[in-house]
Amino acid sequence: MSINATLIGQAIWFAVFIWITMKFVWPPLQKAMADRQKQIADGLAAAERGKQEQEIAAKRSADALREAKEKASEVIAAAERRAQQIVEDAKGQAKVEADKVLASGKAEIDQEVERAKQQLRERVAELAVAGAEKILKKEINAAAHADILGSLKQGL
Amino acid sequence: MSAEGGLTTAGYIQHHLTNLAVCADSAKDATGHCHGFWTLHLDTLIVSGLLGLVAFGLMAKLASRATAGVPCGWQNFVEMVVGMVDQQVKDTFHGKSALVTPLAITIFIWVFLMNAMDLIPVDFLPVAASAVGVDYLKVVPTTDPNLTFAMSITVFLIMIWMNLKVKGFGGYMHEIFTAPFGAKLAPVNLIFRIVEDIAKPISLALRLFGNMYAGEMVFILIALLGLYQLPLALPWALFHILIITLQAFVFMMLTIVYMSMAAESH
Repeated sequence: MSINATLIGQAIWFAVFIWITMKFVWPPLQKAMADRQKQIADGLAAAERGKQEQEIAAKRSADALREAKEKASEVIAAAERRAQQIVEDAKGQAKVEADKVLASGKAEIDQEVERAKQQLRERVAELAVAGAEKILKKEINAAAHADILGSLKQGL
Repeated sequence: MSAEGGLTTAGYIQHHLTNLAVCADSAKDATGHCHGFWTLHLDTLIVSGLLGLVAFGLMAKLASRATAGVPCGWQNFVEMVVGMVDQQVKDTFHGKSALVTPLAITIFIWVFLMNAMDLIPVDFLPVAASAVGVDYLKVVPTTDPNLTFAMSITVFLIMIWMNLKVKGFGGYMHEIFTAPFGAKLAPVNLIFRIVEDIAKPISLALRLFGNMYAGEMVFILIALLGLYQLPLALPWALFHILIITLQAFVFMMLTIVYMSMAAESH
């Protein structure tokens, strides 16, 4: 175990291995490790961002849902109001129509009554004249008593 | 147990602690052992080199296919280890340097793998080697001070380079001569600095070498017990998993600390 030329050989080996590590081992490994670290950091940042975006989207969708519900209830209320109005209108119109029909019916009835009365009046005068003629055939002159008959006719 | 049945206990231990060395014929003594500086420990060089080539080659291949997407099993594992080292560097080293993290990764993984050779039962590889005609094989490269000193001296040189790069020559000299006692005590500061800086590579190298050498020695002594080694080798190996990881971590951590000291002015 004496110091000899092996020392020089070993120093050469050592230098060769340092050179290999420095040129071919460390730089690619360091680069791969640094790249991976960056990828992981980027991935985590992206995940964080995605989470935030998802929260915002959830809030937005909740807002949209609430708005849609409000609008729907508004529409329903308006429709109900409109329906009520239509019913009211229809009722009013029906009443007017009914009144009109009623009025015209009444007028017709009145007319009919008037006509019947007229006819009756004509007939009563005739009947009265005929009856009087029959009762008073001999005594009563139609021409002489025309004014009495006329006032009788008027009295009906 | 031992490849050579007739061996003494001391011989067995000695055999396990001898490197496979090559040198010129003129540097060999009568028994064929190498002496002198121009000797190469082939086992240390080959085992550490193979481990490093396989580990860093696989890692480079994996890194070239690394994706920023979901990592597959091996990429995940490598990223975990590398990420742990990088975290230590970020916590300790506050300067900007493309070198410190790769340096720390290299040290941690390479030292860990070399230490882990200790977990292979001590006789497996030497016996296999002797079967193919290799007489000596010291499997754990970190039990060779040549390796630990090579690493710590390289770290020391990078430390000086880092000092010069961050502070410039003037700033470095200024720090050497004025810290910690001010310009009036420049020689004392210089001596302090020399002692401090020389202690760094020596303590780095000897800490790793001592721990691994002692651990290996305990494995060898346990292996000497014959059949009784079984209940002992397992707990020691389990305990040793802690030591090999800790020593790799300590070497890496101290390197980062030295680099951060070099990159910060006092």
